[in-house]
Amino acid sequence: MRMTSQISYTTICFLVVLACGFVMSGCSPKDDADAAKTTETQLITQNTKNPQNKGTQFVIKNKGSDTMVNLAQAWAEKYMDVSATTSVEVSGGGSGTGVAAIINGTVDIANCSRQIKPKELELAMQNTGKTPQEFIVGYDALAVYVHQDTPLDKITIPQLAEIYGESGTIAKWSDLGISHSDCPSDKIIRISRQSNSGTYFYFREALLGKSRDFRIGSLDLHGSKDVVEVVGRTPCAIGYSGMGYATSHVKMLEIAADADSPYYPPNLENVLAKTYPIARPLYMYSLGEPTGAVKQYLDWILSAAGQEIVEKLGFVPLENN
Amino acid sequence: MNILRKKSTAHLPFSETVIELFIRLCGISSILFVFGIFFFVFREGAGFLFGGLDVGQFLTNVEWQPTSLNNKRYGALALIVGTFSVTLLAMCIAVPFGLGAAIFVSEFCSPKLRETFKIIIELLAAIPSVVWGFIGLTVMNQLIITVFNAPIGLTMLNGSILLALMSVPIIVSIAEDALKAVPDSYREAAEALGATRWQVVYRVLLPAAKNGLLAAVLLGAARSIGETMAVLMATGHSVNMPSSPLSWIRTLTATIAAELGEVARGGEHYQVLFIIGILLFTITFVVNLIADLAIKGIRQES
Repeated sequence: MRMTSQISYTTICFLVVLACGFVMSGCSPKDDADAAKTTETQLITQNTKNPQNKGTQFVIKNKGSDTMVNLAQAWAEKYMDVSATTSVEVSGGGSGTGVAAIINGTVDIANCSRQIKPKELELAMQNTGKTPQEFIVGYDALAVYVHQDTPLDKITIPQLAEIYGESGTIAKWSDLGISHSDCPSDKIIRISRQSNSGTYFYFREALLGKSRDFRIGSLDLHGSKDVVEVVGRTPCAIGYSGMGYATSHVKMLEIAADADSPYYPPNLENVLAKTYPIARPLYMYSLGEPTGAVKQYLDWILSAAGQEIVEKLGFVPLENN
Repeated sequence: MNILRKKSTAHLPFSETVIELFIRLCGISSILFVFGIFFFVFREGAGFLFGGLDVGQFLTNVEWQPTSLNNKRYGALALIVGTFSVTLLAMCIAVPFGLGAAIFVSEFCSPKLRETFKIIIELLAAIPSVVWGFIGLTVMNQLIITVFNAPIGLTMLNGSILLALMSVPIIVSIAEDALKAVPDSYREAAEALGATRWQVVYRVLLPAAKNGLLAAVLLGAARSIGETMAVLMATGHSVNMPSSPLSWIRTLTATIAAELGEVARGGEHYQVLFIIGILLFTITFVVNLIADLAIKGIRQES
C-alpha cells in the first residue's frame, strides 16, 4: 500500500511540473518572439560602464560584421585601458547591418568583412553628406590542411566544394586522382568547425556560396587549434583553420580559385596581394574623414598595439607591423 | 509520538527553531530547483515546440542544419541515435565490470581489501569529466588508432569507454548495497544445502537482489546519457548515423554544449536546443523513475 501511494505521488509531481511548463509557457510565446527579433539583430556588448572613468566624454558606436565582433570587442576592451575618456560600444548583426547603419549615420564606425558597394557609398553620401572612409584593419585567411604524408599539394575551390558541400561528388582520395597509401580506407575524413564559428560561416560561403550547406557527417571540432592537431594525427583527414595554426605534422595546400587559375600557397604576400582565394580583408568604415576620438581609436587599431590583438584572435595583421 | 514531539518543540530554544527551519528549507529547496529548472527549460523551448517545429521531422530526420542560410533543418535523429548508441555500448562495457566488481567486493574479498577497493572506486568517481575528455582526445585516440587500425580515434568506442569508466563507480556502489541488503540467512541456507560460492551468487544472490542491480545499471545509464564534456571531446562531434563502434557520432548533450553559447537568444535555433533539453530531461526522468521503482521494489521485498 505504502509503495503504491509513493509511486503515484512521484507521477503526480511529474505531471504537475509538466502542466506548469505548458501553462506558463503558453503565456509568453509572443514576448519571446519579440525578444528574439530584437536580440537577433543586436548582439550587443556594452563596454560603456567603466566605474573608474566617470568622466567618459565620448562614446564611439561600432557595429557590423559578426566575424569581426570578437575582434572589435577585444579592441574596445583593450582601448579602455588606453583612453580613459573614450569608450566603445560594439554590436554585431552582420556586415550588412553595419553598412546600413553607416548609411543612416547612426554609428561612428562600421565593421565589414566585405568591401562596401559603390551603390552603398552613394547612398551614404546622399543621406549624410559624407563619404565613408575605408580602413583595412587586418585579414582573415584560412588554410586548408592535410596530413603531412598526404600526396596532395594543391586543390581548387570547386574540388573543395565537392568535398565539403551537400550532395558533393568527392568522398574518396582517389576521386581527387591520388592514391593515398597511408589511408587504406581511401575515405576523406572531413574536419570542420562547430556551426557557430565565424570560420565555419566564412569557409562555407567561400566554397558553397549562400545557397548550399555543408554535408553532415564531418567532425565538428571546437577550436582552430584542435582542427590542425587532429589533421596532424589523421592521414585520411582534411580540415580548414586559420593559417597561423600550422604545425610540422600538417601540410597547407596551395589553392586555386578554379581549375584554370594558378595555385597559390597561403602566405602573407599572397594574402596581401589578394591572390590567395580564401582570404579577405577586414574593413572598418568611418563616416567622413575621422576626427577626434574616432581618429585616435582607428589610429590605435592600426598601430602595433592594435594589430597585436588582430594576431592574437587568429587573424592576419597588416603588413607593416 | 506526536504529542511527545509537540511537547519537546515547546521547550526548544529559539536557535533550535531557526536551525530546524533552515534544514527544512534546504530539503524543500531541491524540489524547488528541479521544478524551476524544468520550468525554465520548458519556457525557453515551448514557443517553437508548439509553433513551428515539425516534431515528426525533429525525431525522424538526420539532417541537422541549424545554421543554413535558406534551408534550416532541425532533424535530431542522428543525435538521439548517437546518445543512445554510445550509452548502450558504454553499458555493455560497464555492466559486466561494475556488477563483477560489486559481487567481488560484497562477497569474495576480505574486509581490509574491501575498504581500499571502495576508496579507489570513489576516487574514480571524483575525476572531472573534462579530464576524461582530455584522456579521450589524447591517450584513447592514439590507442584506438593503433589497436583497431582506425583512421581516427575520436569515435563512439572512445566515448563509450570513457562513459563506462565514469559510470562504473555508480554501478559498483549501488549494486554492492543491493547485494548487502540480501539477508545472510539466504547465504547460510544456500550453503547449508551444499551450494558452492558461485552457486550462491548465481542462484540466490543475483535473483534476490535483481531490482537493486537493475537500479544500479539504470542510474549508471542515466549518468552516461547526461554526460557532456567527455563525449563532446572524445566522440568526434559529428552528425552521423553510426554504423559500427568505430563511427564518429554526436550526442544530444554535446550539441547543446557546443551550440548554445553563441546562438541568438530567443531565436529558432536557441529554442530547438532547449527542446533537446526537454527531451533529455524526459529521458533521464524516465530512467531515474524506473530505477526508483526498482529500488522501492527491493525495499518492499526485504
